[in-house]
Amino acid sequence: MSRHEAVSDSAEARRGFLAKLLAVCCGGLATLPPLVAGAWMILDPLRRRGAAATFLPVTDLASVPDDGIPRQFAVVTDRVDAWTGFAAEPIGAVYLRREQGSDTVEALSATCPHAGCFVEIESQGKCFRCPCHNSTFTLDGRIVAPSPSPRAMDGLECQIAKNGQIAVKWQNYYTGIAEKVARP
Amino acid sequence: MKTQPTQRGREPIATQKRPTTPGVLGQLADFFDDRTGYRALVHEALYERVPGGARWRYVWGSTLVFAFLTQVITGLVLWSSYAASAQTAWESVYYIQHEMTGGWLLRGIHHVMAQMMIVLLALHLMQVVIDGAYRAPREVNFWLGLVLMMLVLGMALTGYLLPWDQKGYWATRVATNLAGLVPLLGPSIQQLVVGGPDYGHHTLTRFFALHAGFLPATLVLMLVVHLTLFRKHGLCARQPITRPDAMFWPDQVLKDAVAMLAVMAVVLGVILMPALRAMLEGRPIVPGELGAELGAPADPSQPYAAARPEWYFLFLFQFLKVFEGWGASGEFLGAIVVPGLIMGVMFLMPILGRWQLGHRFNIAFTLAILAGIGLLTAMAMNEDYAALWADRASFADVEKLLEETDGDATKIAAHFGNDATKIAAFSARAKKLDRIRHSQSFLDASEQAEADAARSIELAGRPERIPPAGMLELVRNDALSQGPKLFAQHCASCHAHVDPAAPNAASLMAKASAANLHGFGTAAWMRGLLDPKQVAGPGYFGNTAHKEDDMVNFVQNDLTDADTWKPDDIEAVIAAMAGEAGLAAAGTDPAIVEKGRGLIAADDRCGSCHTFRDNGVAAGSAPDITGWGSREWLIGIIVDPTHERFYGDSNDRMPSFGKAEEGAAPMLTRQQIGLIADWLRGDWYRPATH
Ligand code: FES
Repeated sequence: MSRHEAVSDSAEARRGFLAKLLAVCCGGLATLPPLVAGAWMILDPLRRRGAAATFLPVTDLASVPDDGIPRQFAVVTDRVDAWTGFAAEPIGAVYLRREQGSDTVEALSATCPHAGCFVEIESQGKCFRCPCHNSTFTLDGRIVAPSPSPRAMDGLECQIAKNGQIAVKWQNYYTGIAEKVARP
Repeated sequence: MKTQPTQRGREPIATQKRPTTPGVLGQLADFFDDRTGYRALVHEALYERVPGGARWRYVWGSTLVFAFLTQVITGLVLWSSYAASAQTAWESVYYIQHEMTGGWLLRGIHHVMAQMMIVLLALHLMQVVIDGAYRAPREVNFWLGLVLMMLVLGMALTGYLLPWDQKGYWATRVATNLAGLVPLLGPSIQQLVVGGPDYGHHTLTRFFALHAGFLPATLVLMLVVHLTLFRKHGLCARQPITRPDAMFWPDQVLKDAVAMLAVMAVVLGVILMPALRAMLEGRPIVPGELGAELGAPADPSQPYAAARPEWYFLFLFQFLKVFEGWGASGEFLGAIVVPGLIMGVMFLMPILGRWQLGHRFNIAFTLAILAGIGLLTAMAMNEDYAALWADRASFADVEKLLEETDGDATKIAAHFGNDATKIAAFSARAKKLDRIRHSQSFLDASEQAEADAARSIELAGRPERIPPAGMLELVRNDALSQGPKLFAQHCASCHAHVDPAAPNAASLMAKASAANLHGFGTAAWMRGLLDPKQVAGPGYFGNTAHKEDDMVNFVQNDLTDADTWKPDDIEAVIAAMAGEAGLAAAGTDPAIVEKGRGLIAADDRCGSCHTFRDNGVAAGSAPDITGWGSREWLIGIIVDPTHERFYGDSNDRMPSFGKAEEGAAPMLTRQQIGLIADWLRGDWYRPATH
């Protein structure tokens, strides 16, 4: 006690403040590394990109009858999910459609532009209908109003090789917005 | 150490009062009390004053704590058997549900109690608002309660994905896509939650970490503060107080405990009800089918038309449909703005509640929201299940007219002589019919989902177990699951596949333009082919280019000649052909098969056109029927029917599914063709007991 008495009031206050500051700093600094490392790792998915959109062979022209009715095809490609590599794995589906007598094919992604469910052809075969919130689309993918979906079904680029092979440029788009914006 | 011969309770009262050392247990208790002061703590915890006496309306908070504890206990044990990854999640949940002792019960409790918690939350919230228990000084505790509610909802949402079945997978896709609508940060939030650009391992590991780590840990912290504040302010008694006060222990605790028991009884009741029903109907009880269901494993390439969130989120799901035709702003409003505003108003309740009018508003608001939720849920259910109680037959005329006119508005108008009222009445009924149809497709999809789930579970139980690549590989290689889909997509535009005895067989076969392949390879199919009345019918060559070919001619003219072809001979040929396919009925006499083979090979009978085994007939005039209907033969004809081994140049319209030009991929892979062949032959895994 006697030592304390010798110290002046202001000096003690200063010392007290310094001690508090130091305590907070040291403690804070010690806790920072796990927090920073944690945040760093948790943000990892932000720098992951999906595979670049490429043309993937889907089927050949003979499999798409020219009757204006869309047919569903799986899109198959090699896929990486974190540490697992899948060879030739179905990653999604497209609808291909050919008008009567036409040699060109239209491709529509089966992913609903509303919130991402799997759009199906309605039981009567007259239109597309999403089983989730009933968004309805014509067979060429246009919106049938009133629809919860903010935009038409997403068309995909399509190439037909000389030998009849149909390749589709597979791409995911953001859902729920009016514009068709590709996901990175 | 001094020992005491008798227990404390048995001692006469006088000795208890003496300041002598109590029994061993008593000493131990003193020891700990000296060092921790636990007696005072326990006393404080139990001897809380309940103004106006214990009441049933105060039990909701306690039942919620109880429900949460149940979830912690069952959740930890589930955790001990769960493996979060895209190739192990479904598999480990399958193992818990169907193979581990008591797994169905534990998972059932976890699943049903989670739903119970939502109900209890609603009740607790309602009680707090109606009693005005959010008013000063309890505002902060009310806000904590709202945060706790959101945490519980978050745990419900994240838990739904963990089994990695179709149901959870598709519901989560929708939920995370909606999260992406949050302005500016949306896409990043979505990517963080999903764990990358695509759904997979890291979606599961992240959801699991949220479900079993972050969220419950936060919840426990908040709960501790919530309860501490609750004790600090005391119970907010129902006014006016007319009865004498009571103590928390045992009066209120008794009521709480009875309520907990009731909650648990309901949970067990929900789990065991199907077992009771099975017992009453004399069906065997399969424990794996009780409690929580497990759908088919998640497959991003497989449509799932029965996608629905858990019932307590159904109102949000339905709410999105309200904004039909609003474009992007509608979805943003429905998924983000309106729910956000509602939460905002709830956070303001303690402030609004300072005024009597505000309090009334709060009550009205809460009731209105709950009523709205109830209404939306009922609407969603009605949309999905309307076909169950609707009388579709009464719409037959609408259906007929729609079919006749192809839905063309002018034609319909003409049908009604342009009578506006009639047209309006008709279109109203057409709308109703559309709803019924829509509901029917949901019901069909649910039925399909159930069948897929049952098949997955059957496959997982094979003696060979699940391969390292996971359940999906097994499902994708299962002829029973994939065959019908592949057939529908690639074969059904020409071929029928219908049991000829089915009531709608005639119409389906008439629509088809190639043979009915139901039972292909069996004696029954062959008997039909060799039947002069059927061979040129729609089930065989009737709708094909071969309808007047040699084979039809042979069956109709040669086979009917009873001198050369005795009925026994024909039966022998049928038996031998089914034998080629490997599909002969059990107990077929080998001698008959041998005789049939001889007849087939003979150059004055089948062998006059067909190559068969070593009869030396050159390929080209008719298909080689060696091994007809076998897996290898079927794969061969699907790969390339124009091969000289099959139809050669006279192939009708059948595509060569397995042949492709240089550099191009064939229409079907060998594996897919194999699946079609296996399915046609009825060759798929069946559990031993069937
Ligand atoms: S996801 Fe298709 S309508 Fe909502």
